[in-house]
Amino acid sequence: MESKKDNALGIVDTQYFTFGGPGNELTLASGEKLGPITLAYETYGELNHDKSNAVLILHALSGNAHAAGVSQEGEVGWWDNMIGPGKAFDTNKYFIICSNVIGGCKGSTGPSSINPSTGKPYALDFPFITVSDMVAAQRHLIDFLGIERLLCVAGGSMGGMQALQWVSSYGERVKSAVVIASTLKHSAQQIAFNEVVRQAIMADPDWRGGYYYDYGQPEKGLALARMIGHITFMSEESMEKKFSRRLKNGDFSFRFETDFEVEGYLHYRGESFVRRFDANSYLYLTKALDYFDLSGGKLIPQDTSIDTRFLVISFRSDWLYPPSQSKEIVRVLKKRHMEATYCELKSSYGHDAFLVETGEQTELIRHFLESICK
Amino acid sequence: MKGRKTANQEKKLRLDHHIIYSLIEPGSRVLDLGCGDGELLFSLVRDKGIQAQGIELDEEAVYACVKKGLNVFQDDIENGLHGYPDEAFHYVILNQCLQEVRKIDEVINESLRIGRQVIVGFPNFAHYKSRFMLFFRGRAPMTETLPYSWYDTPNLRFLSIKDFEDFSRKRNIKIVKSYFITARRQIKIFPNLFAESAVVVLTKK
Repeated sequence: MESKKDNALGIVDTQYFTFGGPGNELTLASGEKLGPITLAYETYGELNHDKSNAVLILHALSGNAHAAGVSQEGEVGWWDNMIGPGKAFDTNKYFIICSNVIGGCKGSTGPSSINPSTGKPYALDFPFITVSDMVAAQRHLIDFLGIERLLCVAGGSMGGMQALQWVSSYGERVKSAVVIASTLKHSAQQIAFNEVVRQAIMADPDWRGGYYYDYGQPEKGLALARMIGHITFMSEESMEKKFSRRLKNGDFSFRFETDFEVEGYLHYRGESFVRRFDANSYLYLTKALDYFDLSGGKLIPQDTSIDTRFLVISFRSDWLYPPSQSKEIVRVLKKRHMEATYCELKSSYGHDAFLVETGEQTELIRHFLESICK
Repeated sequence: MKGRKTANQEKKLRLDHHIIYSLIEPGSRVLDLGCGDGELLFSLVRDKGIQAQGIELDEEAVYACVKKGLNVFQDDIENGLHGYPDEAFHYVILNQCLQEVRKIDEVINESLRIGRQVIVGFPNFAHYKSRFMLFFRGRAPMTETLPYSWYDTPNLRFLSIKDFEDFSRKRNIKIVKSYFITARRQIKIFPNLFAESAVVVLTKK
């Protein structure tokens, strides 16, 4: 891990952009209106004079705007190993933007934000949002930054879905898209896992029907939800390598306590998630993922002619967003004569691979972006 | 200067690549199945401004393609062909990979469906050196174009030029052009005996 001192981007500040004031609210896919909307965002590198080097990084379910560099609190960005001088998304060449999605809880408007009409957190009065709503909000930020066409939209998992949604919604404004460990639509299995995750949160009495903000998070439910998530992010092989059957205290306790290291890991992950993520955000965002479906010609609508170039990457051991789903994306691109590259990487890390397997991804993304710039 | 450099680089192309290179019209759409490190496609993109798509299974080769700025799908040939609309390409290239394909009919038919012309390059098993090894030495042939031992060859098919011509006739496929080569030169007489490889251009009849 890089320390604060030798991080090439150094300390970065999160910025805030607000739009959609009274009369200009964003109309959501559900038909409801939301406004004003604040987006937390960070930028790295310099926008060039013709504003042609902007890359929009899109985060996954529990991500945030802090993709690279070190925050005031000393936290290293979630994709810092991919973004920076000389890295895959080279800040010497590109102007990198990353914003927190709406519905999130890391500075952008979401269920834990104050509802201006009540002066209290929205909680379940927050409208349901979709991936297309997230992208519609990001478009306002890109307009505000004066960028007509993005050089690239890129992300893994939910970030990949946003990248696909960018092409679907504003294809003419996207020169290229990097879609990693993602899908054209949530499958029954993915919806099923998300429903279990949601039920885990909602079954906790501390959830209080969503209006828990005066009392504190539904800690047990949210931790359990995250534990389920982490099982799906790993592969059988990576779990075996990391924990096998190793015991925490050398012997069985013959109690319902944490005997195995893998149990300890899940507890740790669950507990630390409770401290950093809002339970209602997790509910809203998982629902947005489940609603996501760009199959059946919706990725590239028939009447549009766009020339976005694609880089699609999957990981062999990823069973949450398996290579078959990436290949489905590729099939659509083939049908529509889109220029595209697909690569299935041999990682054993499961879905987590998109965050940890930086070597191969760097090699692919760096050269892909260079060829886009030509 | 640029023109000269191009000519030099073109010279470096393998003879089969050079022949295929010369067959491709500028600005056309080309699918190269089993494109390897993308050397041929790269030359075609650079010099003839083609729209190129490669399909290659080997991960390292895929990286080499991406490094050259090429579009490439990591997939095998049989799956790689699926999903394209009819006549999506002006040319489909199947160079030195047919001998490793299980479903020959399907691959040829699909190629002819999605490409107006299909360029096939394959090693000639009836080359005199192979015949010699088999006849006089009683050994499975190992030559420059067929360099593998019987126990580690990726090849599933052992065909001669005449075999392929028979196949085309039976399947009602038209061979528009044929080139017969060794590593260094073209062969004009008795190609089934003297050519190490063939490059043929196919269309639907």
